[in-house]
Parts: sequence; structure tokens; C-alpha cells
Amino acid sequence: MTTDLGMPSSGPGAPGAHGTAGVPSLPDGTALTKKDFTSDQEVRWCPGCGDYAILAAVQGFLPELGLKRENIVFVSGIGCSSRFPYYLDTYGMHSIHGRAPAIATGLAATREDLSVWVVTGDGDALSIGGNHLIHALRRNVNLKILLFNNEIYGLTKGQYSPTSHVGQVTKSTPLGSLDTPFNPVSLALGAEASFVARTMDSDRQHLTSVLRAAAEHRGSALVEIYQNCPIFNDGVFDVLKDRTEAAARILHLTDGEEVGTAETVVVRDDRGSLAVVPRADADPARIVRHDVSAHDPSAAFALSRLDSPDLGHVPMGVFRNVRRPTYDDSLREQIASARTGEVTDADIDALLAGRDTWTVGA
Amino acid sequence: MSAKLVQKLDRVVIRFAGDSGDGMQLTGDRFTSQTALLGNDLSTLPNFPAEIRAPQGTLPGVSSFQLHFADHNVLTPGDAPDVLVAMNPAALRANLRDLPRGAAIIVNTDEFTKRNLSKVGYLESPLEDGSLDSYDVHPVALTSIAVEALASFTDLTRKEKERAKNMFALGLLSWLYTRPMDGTEAFLKSKFADKPEILEANLAALRAGFNYGETTEDFAVAYEVAPATMPAGTYRNVTGNVALSLGLVAAAHRAHLPLFLGSYPITPASDILHTLAGLKRYGVATMQAEDEIAGVGAALGASFGGALGVTTTSGPGLALKAETIGLAVSLELPLIVCDIQRGGPSTGLPTKTEQADLLQALFGRNGESPVAVVAPATPADCFDVAVEAVRIATTYRTPVIVLSDGYLANGSEPWRLPRTAELPDIAVEFATEPNAVDDKGQPTFHPYLRDPETLARPWAIPGTPGLEHRVGGIEKADVTGNISYDPDNHDHMTRLRQAKIDGIADSIDPLVVDDPTGHADVLVLGWGSTFGPIAAGVRLARATGARVAQAHLRHLNPFPANTGDVLRSYQRVIVPEMNLGQLAMLLRAKYLVDIESHTSVRGLPFQAGELADVIATAVASVSDVPLKETAK
Ligand SMILES: Cc1ncc(C[n+]2csc(CCOP(=O)(O)OP(=O)(O)O)c2C)c(N)n1
Ligand code: SF4
Ligand SMILES: [Mg+2]
Repeated sequence: MTTDLGMPSSGPGAPGAHGTAGVPSLPDGTALTKKDFTSDQEVRWCPGCGDYAILAAVQGFLPELGLKRENIVFVSGIGCSSRFPYYLDTYGMHSIHGRAPAIATGLAATREDLSVWVVTGDGDALSIGGNHLIHALRRNVNLKILLFNNEIYGLTKGQYSPTSHVGQVTKSTPLGSLDTPFNPVSLALGAEASFVARTMDSDRQHLTSVLRAAAEHRGSALVEIYQNCPIFNDGVFDVLKDRTEAAARILHLTDGEEVGTAETVVVRDDRGSLAVVPRADADPARIVRHDVSAHDPSAAFALSRLDSPDLGHVPMGVFRNVRRPTYDDSLREQIASARTGEVTDADIDALLAGRDTWTVGA
Repeated sequence: MSAKLVQKLDRVVIRFAGDSGDGMQLTGDRFTSQTALLGNDLSTLPNFPAEIRAPQGTLPGVSSFQLHFADHNVLTPGDAPDVLVAMNPAALRANLRDLPRGAAIIVNTDEFTKRNLSKVGYLESPLEDGSLDSYDVHPVALTSIAVEALASFTDLTRKEKERAKNMFALGLLSWLYTRPMDGTEAFLKSKFADKPEILEANLAALRAGFNYGETTEDFAVAYEVAPATMPAGTYRNVTGNVALSLGLVAAAHRAHLPLFLGSYPITPASDILHTLAGLKRYGVATMQAEDEIAGVGAALGASFGGALGVTTTSGPGLALKAETIGLAVSLELPLIVCDIQRGGPSTGLPTKTEQADLLQALFGRNGESPVAVVAPATPADCFDVAVEAVRIATTYRTPVIVLSDGYLANGSEPWRLPRTAELPDIAVEFATEPNAVDDKGQPTFHPYLRDPETLARPWAIPGTPGLEHRVGGIEKADVTGNISYDPDNHDHMTRLRQAKIDGIADSIDPLVVDDPTGHADVLVLGWGSTFGPIAAGVRLARATGARVAQAHLRHLNPFPANTGDVLRSYQRVIVPEMNLGQLAMLLRAKYLVDIESHTSVRGLPFQAGELADVIATAVASVSDVPLKETAK
């Protein structure tokens, strides 16, 4: 038996709809610029912080959406990264530690006409807010979640985070951290995320292309952004920023294409595990081609496991991009199909009365 | 009809008690509904275990439902039952101590087997050892008569037939108190619409019970309780949780706001989630969140977007929501938080009532974070209090905590239906235009520029052009709302937020004192669900000649402006509470009045008789008028 979710066949919630369908666009012939998205507040991150580059990329990208500025909302948690909304001249909320996905869910569920973005950090999203993150992804709320991963707690001055590597020496782990880190991409895939991507603060072009794909996606989009914290965890992603090192390490994910570098390629063994091998040694039949819209997330998950703490191989780009009903569209649809028109005072009177009433005469 | 004698009574208290699996809550509900339709005033008290099915036939598994109905105004479910329906030995044992001598006991003798008796520690059957001699015992083989009445239902198993015994009992009680059964028949027809066999069996058992009463020798008299005189109007019976749900829907309608509920299931609040989830037709959106923090977070997000954000919970959930409520205090957005209190601390007594979250509601957050707090007095009052909470939240842009409790949530009473069009007009206006000019003379928006009267800030929702702004939990500069760490600004903003909440007192009714003699020296002051028991206790005390005044607080923060004056006009002020004196502590601190706290945390409402004694003692100490013997 199939369940009729009451999904509309056209309109914002229709399959194939754009991520921003239902959000009012600017009048034809008008456009906004990066400046329009820049607030009057002084930016207060440390000099050299990767957050600056991400802010510039987002401010540069938003005009491309062609949406009315007042219909864009950024909701963040707490952390250096979560100061983000103050610097954007949209509607914004700097909320509390870890709770942004929950707050944004209520907003998105009640306001189809908004493009809702969440900005969060590795501690905010994966430690205190881990529960909200996985449930927002599972529900597939139409939110774009930008997870700034600097593998450290920046705002509280340098404790290890759920993405810090084992053995990392920080203020709270003077002898090296003991816990196994989360891989945010693997976690998101395990949480039924319909869109998962990874990009990097310093690669403006790549970051912008991932933001574009996320915005187009209708549903939750988790975008992990490697972000450098020069104060408490400087240089953790440096090998990915060096041109030759990057060429050897970054496995670009392009839909329909082989996954690999110039020299290496990803192959699948008999048990389904992936490995990176020199191209020369690869059995052509075993070479992995990326299928971003594969319904089964196992291939995307296997790709996410190619990471290693030494950043030997790092898949970058969109791991998964599949369509399924979003929570907010479905909720609105349930309400719309239950409604029989404008609710009148008489409707409420009847509701209050219920089924068993009696009357006492005057 | 019956040739038997019909005797008139002015009031009856019945308690249905059985195993959790015996359907006692349903039986009580149906009997209540029949009674309501007859026009009696009534009050109910369901009492059930926290376990869904505790081991069968044991004391922890006993579930009961008490109903007090009368031909006059009823204030409580009654101190002591006149009639106990005991479906098994456990139900008898667990409830006997609440029965006054002479009370009637209808027992299901089929369950009084050796095994069942020993499960609850009866060595001998109390039906045979003379221990019930001072009661009016009616032994009825409820199960076997019901099964026999269903002999023609050959497709049903014996177990299925046995399950209809509660309907047999309901039929018998309906005869005994001359209650019409059509409402229950209609209810069964809709409940078992797709199980015709089960439906017919239940109807047959119900009628068999009624006929049994009429024919058996054991019941010589049937009783009648005439309708109560109540103000003219259309009535229904309503529980506190349903009234609260309806109040939220009606208030959202009057405010022209979509209602969004973010909630996580918890006893005794879950029924509000269930009720509202069924009201999509009225535009109500409900979300079962992953936890209480997400529930209130989603509600706050919805409020930010211009909906009426609501979250419902009980004490443990309120604790989890604290940080988000603090954020709402800082954001100055409307938010309704309903705490249906239960026994605490920790998991405490999930299905029992208490009112020990008052201080948590007022102070259970970091920093100076005042919120408005209101509490309903009776099940039906939950409706009015919900509307009042929405009025305060939207007018003052503040979280409002509604403190109901398990007793109000599940208890019920007749409710005179209001007319939606006559509810307070609480239409909300969002900000649509800039409200200031910047240094360059350009129009700009200041999200923390306040209404001079209410001190509320503008509610400017996303989608409004030109009013783009950012809010957050970091301290904000007065007026502009920009981040500010300035010491003087923080001091100023802290006092402003407090002044805004204090100012709500200007919009609420003064505390009303009920003192028929006008010469009372003793005041009994309550809040929340103790209203009924206090009023009943006061009524008993007055019947003995005691001069006592009664007042009840609906607003716990801020208090009505005249509260201090009222307290200071009496020699003695008694505050009964189902906690260890939380309101008393607040009143003493705020008004420097020597409040006398009378407290009980037994998971059950106060008994009227107990409060009458407390009052009588207090009155005797300050008055020279001798009191009569306590009226019964
Ligand atoms: C309830 C609560 N607990 C703890 C904190 C302190 N705190 C603020 S930010 C933070 C960690 C932030 O780390 P991350 O999310 O990685 O953000 P980053 O600063 O690195 O961008 C902590 C522990 C807080 N603000 N609130
Ligand atoms: S502490 Fe690190 S993450 Fe935070 S602002 Fe400074 S550089 Fe950026
Ligand atoms: Mg971090």
C-alpha cells in the first residue's frame, strides 16, 4: 500500500520544484548587488579568519538568486561562525547554541515564502545541536545548512570539537584528544539527508557552485565548509590549499564522471568498499562514476569514508542530491487539503461546541 | 419504565475503579457525558497509574475515575465517594479507605477468586469475612452476567465478551441514577463503526446492565438528581486540556495569526498535542519535535515569522525549554509555553497533580529574564486563560507561561460556551514601515524602539521590505537593537524588560475578594487548580458561621496591582498550595505580609473538608463568634 502524502503536482511543493519556489523574486529587470547584502555592522572575526571568505562568497552569491532581500532569513546558533547573520543585510536571528535547525524548522514550516539559511559551526551543529541537525535532515526541511568546520571551538578559545582528530592537543586536551571524530558528511548521509556537499572557505568558485546547487535543491541541504581558524587551529586544511598538494588529494565529485585526481582514481572492490588507486593499476570495470542522484545512499556514504585524518584523499563537491518530499511542503499540504475555506467565527463556535451540548434556558 | 421507587438526591459522588485494562476511564467519561447532558453540574477526577498496563489485578494497576454531580453548583470532584464500583479485589482494597461508612459498594464478584484476592494480600474474601458490614455492599457477578447476556454472539471469544463488562456496569449505573444512554449508544456506534460485531456486543451489554438494575432485587431504589440551575446558555462538558487547546485556537483566530505548536509528548500535556494535531482544518500546524528544546525552538521560529508560536509540556520539559524561553525574552517575541504540571522533582509522579513549578516558571532561567505567568482555576477556565495568555504575549511581545496541572488537564466540568465574536479583540498589527531616520536622514527601522504605553517593541516579520534586521540573544543596544556590551545599556535594558512585564499589571483586572459578610478577618488566597477545593472548603466553613474571605490569583506575574492592599486588609492570610509554599514565599518577599502556608504534595487535590478545618481554626483564633459543628 502506498500512502498519499497529498503532495501537489504543481506549485512550490511539487516534485522537481526549485529550492526557492514560492519565494518572491525581484521585479524583472532589477537585481541586487553584493553591497545590498552587506549590513552596517562592523565585522569582528579575527584577522585572517576563514569566515571572512565565506561571508564574501555568500554576499556575492545571494544576488544571483534573484529573490527579494526581505524574503531571505539567516538563522544561526552560537560560535564565531554564528555571528554571520549580523553581517548580512537580510532578516536574521542569532539564536542559542545548537538550536538553529530547530528554530529554522518552525520558521520554514510556517513561511513558504522565505528562503531560510542556517549557519552553524562544528561544535554548534555536531555537539550540542547534534540532535536537531539529524532531525532537520531526516525531516528534509527546506533549509540550507552551512556548517563551518574549523575542527575546533573558536569562540570559547580553543577546546577540541567533535571533528577534531584523535590526539589533537587543545586547551582541554593537553595530552591529546581521545574521542573519535564525526565525519559530518557521513553523519548527514546516515541521517537521511537528501543533499550533502563539502567545500572550502578559500575556493570561492567551488564554494559558490555548491551554494548554488544547495539553493536549487528543495529540502535540507547540508554544506560542510572547511574553514581555517588561524588563532586556535591554524593550517589544518593547508594541504588542500596548496595547488600541487590539492591536485593530488582532492577527489572532485562531478555527476556522471569518474571520481579521482589526475593520477589516481576510485575503484570499488567485490565487497563494495572503495579505494583510491593509481590510474594505471585500475581495472576499468571497477572505476567509480559519481551518481549524485542515486536513491541508495551507500555509494555516497562509501565516498565519504575515503577521508582520512591526514587529508590524504578528500572528496569535495556534492555527495548526494536526491528529491523527496520536504517536511514543510507536506505539512502545508496537509493543512491545505484539510481546509474548507477561510475559518469563520461560526466555524470556531462549532469547534468549541463539539458534539455533545445542552442548553439551559433563560 | 421501572415500577421501582425513585428517590431524589441533591448530589452524588461515584468512583469507578478497576484494573488499568478494565476501561474505567472510558466508563467514567461516558457516565460523565450522560450526566452533563442531563444538566447536572459536575466535576471529575481521573486517577490512573503511570504504567500503561501494570501487572493485572495488582494494587499499582488500579485505575479510577471519580465524578461528583449535583443539582447545585459543584466545586470539586468530592472528598469521599458515596458509591464505589470495584471491578476487582485490587480496586476495592485501593479505594476502601476513602469510603465513608455507609457508602455503597458495587463489586464484581467474578474477580474475587483466591488468586486475585491473594495478589492484593486478602487472606479471606472481604465479601465474606464481615469486614464490609458497615457498607452497603451490592455483589454482582458482572463479568459472568455480561458474558451470558452475549451468549448469542457466537463469533466472539469469551475474552472479547468479558471485555464488555464495563459497558454492563455503565448500563447498571445508568439505571441506578436514571441517566439516558443515547449519547453513549451514539458514541459506541461511531467508535466501532467498522466492527459491527463488537458494536452490537457493547450495546447489548450496556442494555443488559440497565435491565439488570431494573429487574434485580438487589437494587430496590433508583435515584434522580435534578438539573442544576446554571446561567442560561449552551453548555458542553470539557477537560482542561481540551479547553486549553480550544482557547489557543480561538485566540489565534481572534488575533488573526496562524497557530503553530511545537511539542514533545509528555504526560499530562500530550492530549493538547493530540487535540491540536486534529485541527488542521482550522489552519493549525503541529509538529512533534525531537525533544522539548526543539519544540519550543520551532515555536519561537514560527513566532519570528509572524505565527502564534506555542509549546506544551510538563515540568521536566519546562526545564529543558528554559534557555530558549530566555532567548524569547531577549528577542521580545510572543511565545506561549504551557506547563501542565505533575508531581516532581525529576520524573516524579507523571500522572499525579502538583503545582510545584511556580518558581521554575518565574525564575527558572539564567539572568534577569522576567516572563508573564498565568494559571487557570478550573478545567473550563483553561479556555479563558489561554485567550488571556495570547493577549498578553501578542500585546507585550513576551513569552507567557501557562501553569495548568494534571488535575485540571484531565478533570472536567460543564462549560458555558462563549461566542467567538465576543472574545476579546486581540488583532495584532505587524510593523510595516520604517520608524526612524538614520544620521543621513534616510528612513530606517529600529527593532527595539518601544511603544511608550506597553513598552512592546515592533513585531516586524521577514518578508516586510525595508525592515530587514537582526535579532539575537546577545544584549542589544536600546532602540537600535545592535549588539552592545555597554554596562549602562545593559542595566537600562534589564530594567526595561522588567518594567515591560511589570506594566502588564495595568491591563489586568484587580484581585477580587469574595466576602459575603464584608467582615472577614481571614483571607484564603489560592492560585491555579486549588480554586475548587478552596471554594468548597470556604463554603463548608461559612456554613458553620465562619467569616472568611476568598480570593484567587490568575496572574502570577505580574500580580494584580491591588494584591498588596488586599493582603494587608486581613489579620490572617492562608495560602493553600500543592507545593511547599511557593506562592507564599513570593507574597512574603514582595509584600512583607505574614502569609500562612498550608501545603500538601500527595499528588491529589486538596479535600474540601481538610481546608474547612484549617479555615475554621484560623477563624476561631481571631474571632469571638463561636462556630457551629462542621456541617456535613
Ligand atoms: C548552552 C551553551 N553552552 C556553551 C556555550 C559556550 N560556547 C559558545 S560557542 C561554543 C563552541 C563553538 O564552537 P563551534 O560551533 O565549532 O563554532 P566556532 O566558534 O568554531 O565557529 C561554546 C561551547 C554557550 N554559548 N551556550
Ligand atoms: S577564533 Fe578562529 S574561528 Fe573564531 S574568529 Fe578567530 S579565527 Fe575565526
Ligand atoms: Mg568550530
